[in-house]
Amino acid sequence: MIAGLYIDGQSALHRAAAGAKILAMVALGTGVFLIPDWPVVGFVLATVTLLYPASGFGPRIMWAQIKPILWLLVIFFAVQLWLNDWQSGLLVITRIAAIVMFAALVTLTTKTSDLLASLERAMQPLRPIGVNPEKVSLAISMVLRFIPVIAQVAHEIRDAQRARGLDRSIIAMVVPLIIRTLKMADDVADAIDARSFD
Amino acid sequence: MKTKDIVYVALFAALTAVLGLFPPITLPVTGVPVTAQSLGPMLAGAILGARRGGLSIILFLLLVAVGLPLLSGGRGGFGVMMGVTGGFIFGWAISAFVIGLLIEKFWNRLNVINAALSIAFGGIVVLYAIGNAWVAVAADISYWQATVGAAPFLIGDAIKVGIATAACLAVRRSYPLISKAY
Repeated sequence: MIAGLYIDGQSALHRAAAGAKILAMVALGTGVFLIPDWPVVGFVLATVTLLYPASGFGPRIMWAQIKPILWLLVIFFAVQLWLNDWQSGLLVITRIAAIVMFAALVTLTTKTSDLLASLERAMQPLRPIGVNPEKVSLAISMVLRFIPVIAQVAHEIRDAQRARGLDRSIIAMVVPLIIRTLKMADDVADAIDARSFD
Repeated sequence: MKTKDIVYVALFAALTAVLGLFPPITLPVTGVPVTAQSLGPMLAGAILGARRGGLSIILFLLLVAVGLPLLSGGRGGFGVMMGVTGGFIFGWAISAFVIGLLIEKFWNRLNVINAALSIAFGGIVVLYAIGNAWVAVAADISYWQATVGAAPFLIGDAIKVGIATAACLAVRRSYPLISKAY
């Protein structure tokens, strides 16, 4: 759901401007939190779901977006059922599902490069107060690129510490993770400098 | 900012996102969930310092704001940030900055006590002051009631202060960054 998930297509959503899609995503994310009724949010979710076939995506792609958070939705529903009632449970999970499905749809239909370009444009007016949009874009693309890498490193460290019987120690997990991240940062910075980014 | 600083800022934002992937641990008796993600601002401040640490959390929050589900539990977007607990999320950036400022101040004579106090001040006192004020306004309750409501989370945050202190001191020995830059 984070990067490199763009799937080429010719639908209206594919052709829409990246900035417009971000604004729509923000509007939807804020909107569903302002609506206190689950049937209305459910309708929003149904509309978002219908946008998938309209953009040329089949049920397999749709399922892949919702599958990672399915267990969370079950837990959230159970918690609401326990604390309040089933209506609040439905509200919470339709809300989350609608946001995640739409955010995923924006990711699927928008090239990361287009997203970054529109963000860079939006930041141009901030240049006089010392914000360099190119550097911010570089930082953003690095975050997206390195989340899966650092997650993989975390996985490796956990396996390594498990072999030593240290898998219950959070410090034995966090310290190597930080040090490997810092080492990686040094290498990346050298690679960027070698290509004369500045 | 040098290229290296930008990369540190970016990679600590990514690290904060990865910390959100760890499943939350539920504390016995109280049943309060503790996520590893709020370690992110503490570590960013304590290891990168005020400026880079604060910026890395701002960068992380920027990505959450545009709708990426990077908060623990796969949450993201303006909806979450504007919600009742939004103050605790926005407060992270200030918390990281304050921790960084204090750690930089104590850098040359950093020990377990002043490191832990620095992290506890930024990560608990400052963060809860902002978070509780936000909750009080959003939920229309008194500041005192908000503070009482947030109290069960203190146990988890105290544990995280301990972890961040140990990590900060270990990284200071093996990979110091603050002394190089300041």
